[in-house]
Amino acid sequence: YTVWNFLPKNLFEQFRRIANFYFLIIFLVQVIVDTPTSPVTSGLPLFFVITVTAIKQGYEDWLRHKADNEVNKYRVTVLEDGRRIQKESEKIKVGDVLEVEEDETFPCDLILLQSSRDDGTCFVTTASLDGESNHKTHYTVPDTERDVESLNATIECEQPQPDLYKSLGPENLLLKGATLKNTQSICGVAVYTGMETKMALNYQGKSQKRSVVEKSINAFLLVYLCILVSKALVCTTLKYVWQSKPGQDEPWYNEKTLKEKETNLYLNMFTDFLSFMVLFNFIIPVSMYVTVEMQKFLGSFFISWDKDFFDSEIEEGALVNTSDLNEELGQVEYVFTDKTGTLTQNNMEFIECCIDGHQYKYRDASSEVDGFCVTDGPMNTVQQKAGRVSVVVSRHLCMLLTREREELFLRALCLCHTVQVDGLMVDGQVVPPLQEQRGFIASSPDEIALVQGAMRYGFTFLGLESKTMKILNRTNDVEMYELLHVLNFDPVRRRMSVIVRSISGETLLFCKGADSSIFPRVKQEEVEKIRMHVERNATDHAFPNHYDMKFVIMILFYLLFYSLQEEAAETMEALQGAGIKVWVLTGDKMETAKSTCYACRLFKRNTELLELTVRTLESPGKRREDRLHDLLLEYHKKTDLFLQICQNCTSVLCCRMAPLQKAQVRTNSKGSPITLSIGDGANDVSMILEAHVGIGIKGKEGRQAVRNSDYAIPKLKHLKKLLLGHGHLYYVRIAHLVQYFFYKNLCFILPQFLYQFFCGCSQQPLYDAAYLTMYNICFTSMPILAYSLFEQHISIEMLLENATLYRQIGKNAMLRWGPFLYWTLLGVFHGLVFFFGVWFLFSNPALQDNGQAFGNWSYGTIVFTILVFTVTLKLALDTRHWTWINHFVIWGSLAFYVFFSFFWGGVIWPFLRQQRLYFVFANMLSSVSAWLVIIVLILLSLLPEILYVVLRKPRGPYARQVVL
Amino acid sequence: MVKQESESANRPDNTAFTQQRLPAWQPILSAGIVIPGFVLIGLAFIGIGVALLVTSRSIQVLELDYTGDSNGSPCSSCSQSDIANCKCSLNFTLTTLFQGPVFFYYGLSNYFQNYRRYGASKDDNQLYGDLSSFTSPSSSCSPYNYDSSKKPIVPCGSIANSMFNDTFTLTRTVSGTTNNVTLDGKGIAWWTDYNIKYRNPSVTPLKNAFNGTVKPINWAKPAYELDASDRSNNGFVNQDFLVWMRRAALPNFRKLYRRIDASGDYQKGLPAGNYTIDITYNYPVRAFNGAKKIVFSNVSWMGGSNEFLGIAYLVIGSLCVVMSVVMLIVYAKFKFPDEE
Repeated sequence: YTVWNFLPKNLFEQFRRIANFYFLIIFLVQVIVDTPTSPVTSGLPLFFVITVTAIKQGYEDWLRHKADNEVNKYRVTVLEDGRRIQKESEKIKVGDVLEVEEDETFPCDLILLQSSRDDGTCFVTTASLDGESNHKTHYTVPDTERDVESLNATIECEQPQPDLYKSLGPENLLLKGATLKNTQSICGVAVYTGMETKMALNYQGKSQKRSVVEKSINAFLLVYLCILVSKALVCTTLKYVWQSKPGQDEPWYNEKTLKEKETNLYLNMFTDFLSFMVLFNFIIPVSMYVTVEMQKFLGSFFISWDKDFFDSEIEEGALVNTSDLNEELGQVEYVFTDKTGTLTQNNMEFIECCIDGHQYKYRDASSEVDGFCVTDGPMNTVQQKAGRVSVVVSRHLCMLLTREREELFLRALCLCHTVQVDGLMVDGQVVPPLQEQRGFIASSPDEIALVQGAMRYGFTFLGLESKTMKILNRTNDVEMYELLHVLNFDPVRRRMSVIVRSISGETLLFCKGADSSIFPRVKQEEVEKIRMHVERNATDHAFPNHYDMKFVIMILFYLLFYSLQEEAAETMEALQGAGIKVWVLTGDKMETAKSTCYACRLFKRNTELLELTVRTLESPGKRREDRLHDLLLEYHKKTDLFLQICQNCTSVLCCRMAPLQKAQVRTNSKGSPITLSIGDGANDVSMILEAHVGIGIKGKEGRQAVRNSDYAIPKLKHLKKLLLGHGHLYYVRIAHLVQYFFYKNLCFILPQFLYQFFCGCSQQPLYDAAYLTMYNICFTSMPILAYSLFEQHISIEMLLENATLYRQIGKNAMLRWGPFLYWTLLGVFHGLVFFFGVWFLFSNPALQDNGQAFGNWSYGTIVFTILVFTVTLKLALDTRHWTWINHFVIWGSLAFYVFFSFFWGGVIWPFLRQQRLYFVFANMLSSVSAWLVIIVLILLSLLPEILYVVLRKPRGPYARQVVL
Repeated sequence: MVKQESESANRPDNTAFTQQRLPAWQPILSAGIVIPGFVLIGLAFIGIGVALLVTSRSIQVLELDYTGDSNGSPCSSCSQSDIANCKCSLNFTLTTLFQGPVFFYYGLSNYFQNYRRYGASKDDNQLYGDLSSFTSPSSSCSPYNYDSSKKPIVPCGSIANSMFNDTFTLTRTVSGTTNNVTLDGKGIAWWTDYNIKYRNPSVTPLKNAFNGTVKPINWAKPAYELDASDRSNNGFVNQDFLVWMRRAALPNFRKLYRRIDASGDYQKGLPAGNYTIDITYNYPVRAFNGAKKIVFSNVSWMGGSNEFLGIAYLVIGSLCVVMSVVMLIVYAKFKFPDEE
């Protein structure tokens, strides 16, 4: 939008919504056809709704504009004609040479020309692109290093293409969105800008997620539309039946106008039908949509305001990206969770190592890793609790050595990695041992854990300087190793190797990697020995390496501990208690994932595990993989038997999943149950986008997940409160809001419908136009809004304590046809009571003690007064959490109604054609009978409710709430 | 809603409002409150109900139908003919004193004053004394805004045109002589209608304001001559006119015609005796199967007689009592152990 076309465009968008369009039609009918109510009665609420929505959308749009501007107006330095010029980033053209400082984000895709580092490299982190937070090295284009000023070059490049992974490779292309690290400044030439950058090409619009509640609303709306149409049809039919009786069509006292006489009968019927539609159109709550939107919009503030979601580590609370799904949080049936970074923290810790069967355990109470403290003590208790394992990940390292084994192992730890030392002085000065404060940057957290582990034993890695690695050993001597070659870790080889030459001239090869890759290279008897030890230590395999030189093989392995997220176990337990099925989708191997599940208490000691893996299948003669494949196909044929099995399990663990598979698992099980995906990394994004509710964790793996999620929370433990507390409340609130809205409009319009039987089906409105208009906007909207924002039918603490309460609202329990029928019947009952109660009273309209009689507007006003009071008090009965706002709004609404009625009836309004209500309200109050009938009918209407409230009270967990 | 910007390093405000921890009151409807409450309400309602029923029963009502449908009835000849000012009379005898103040209503049935088009057919500006609306009545009055010679009708519209125009005189026969019973036509319409909502144009004499307009088609006399006996009871503030203009809610209704003037013999009401109502029968109702009746009634603090209210109070009151008894039994059986 721009400022100019905002209004027409926004209006167009809004009228595309079916409800708004419907009201627009009604409004137009009122304008064109001679209808019982003036166009104002439906025009005003419509105007109100449209305005509120437009303001809301305008506000959101303005925010978006601001964010856009921030990016587009971002100052960048452009080198032009040898001068530095500050430019706004939106003005960058392809071919401009840009200078980027450290920690700045690249404004477009750049080709690296010059770096401030000597070796012509620069480090970038692409956390915001693919979520990988490690530093990647990029190189300048050869031959251009020296003189950028005098460079004259042509660049040939391919068409812009979105494939991120394929082309993150080109070593001198710096992508927009990546951040420069560890390098003071670089120069680069812009090759793709704007919409052609990889980031923009990869950006996918978030698909609109609709909540179940909205679907329910639409279903109910359809029902009410049917009621409306049938009402109008009934009335039209009755009108013509009634008119066909002699003398009723056109009694002498009420002759038709010439125009009416002339128009065709069928046209008349049609306009009558439309008139009835207009008269009864209030049955479809005009303001419900706007109230629902307001409720969601304002309600979502409570999530971002919640201080329990505030994490002091990252200085942030929860983030709400969409407010449309608040209530969906109360409906979750399946949770799909990522393991790494979600269930577990991304920090790893060096626990122990075993060298040639000899075990070394680090026993320092204050083992601090990035400010996170885990001591051995609690770990052991976790181990005992969780049964067999608490050790979640084990990586194994083996090495060859000729000398003192332990020291060599530690040296190996120090050398065999790609860790960089953060913020350091590469200028050769001896670095004072900073010990724990030292920051390391590495592509995976286990490398950091290893280096830090080694540091605790006295070997400190000082850094890499021009192919020389420096280590501070136990005697505070600096050992230098020349780095000959690094074979980086890659998913295919699953190991990495380093070849170094020590000062003494020895050439050493260190190799570390996953068991599967190193396993085959090990002598068998060694393996057995290690495995024994490992089993005892609750780990899986060990793997020595075999080096084809003349060295003795030494077997080493180390244990790393993935610390669980805080309160992960409690959270998972609570979710299971709430009847939510947890699916863990992970790329890890089964044993690791399984032990995580045990540690999180997703699997308990007595949980029966059904394993479907290649290994567990017995298939003589055939390859196991094939057998598995056949089996799955077989299951698939039997009407998704496999899926059914999975869906009946309380928790499911899927191992070895690729990111895309994660999303596919979710898609397969989409169907009807509400799913929630939670993850922290870029690899979870597809899963997050695919789920009904996507939750991002503001973890270490970058912001990708957060940006694509519907809600973002700092830690996994917050999920519990988000679902059990907020989700539950929001669902109850909005469900009640919706049902109440339909109810209050049904009992509003029913008397009007009934009145048609007593006025010759002439579309005579029962209520005055002001009441028709104000009913939904002023008299009854605020209490329900307040209710839907503040109600806590059960306190949050109770909800968190009793996870089972969550099951009560599962499967859209409050918006199914049962409750809907209940509310509808209640509405019908109330409507009947209102109308016929007053009808009986009016069998003698002389209701004043001076013998004067009441007319039709008095009738309507009495009905309306009963209506407003009953409907508001009904809500008051349902409210179980009375804050001062509820008091204010409920009693305020009633007072406002009374005040307004006096005011409206107390003045001759010059702009009105008819002063229908002049002193009607005041006269009504002067009649004792009117008072009495109002009181008795309100009580009669509420009697079933009161009874229900009284009898409902002491049941189940509610009973404990009585103590308040 | 109070929207508070959270400042200071994104930390959410720790206020009761943002944390949803506003002090709240939770209504607890325990048996200890509800059962006595219900009993009290029930008893109060039964009390009111009894009072209402007694009052309603004490109100004397006398209804006399004078439509003249059946041939034997006094007004049958009038109902069949179209003669204007057809006279007929109705006799009735009171055996006991009809307690005063006595109100004299006329009632119509199957008459749809609440018909929409009928109800809209008037011009409030005209009735408020706006002279510009005299010359050009609102189109909502159609087809009663202009007569056949295109002259504006004042007051225009169906309601005014169909004003009830039967008139009644009440006489009492005491030992052969007939005495007129004085009927008081003041204060039968709403005070606000008479004083504020309806106004005559401030032209004296009133007749001049109506120059160039015609009276409603069905009217015998123009608006400014409705009441020859009282000059202030003419035009739009004529009480009968005001009563008629306040549309009835339902098709069977009664409207106040007169009060029995409480003076002389009639201070306490209508004494026992023989009475005659002389009717000037003008208003045709048989075309739409309507009926006309005369109702004498006195009123109480609750207005006219109405048994519904009393019965409703009695029923709901006893319902409350019964429910409290049921609840008592339920609680005694199941709930008292954990009530403590």
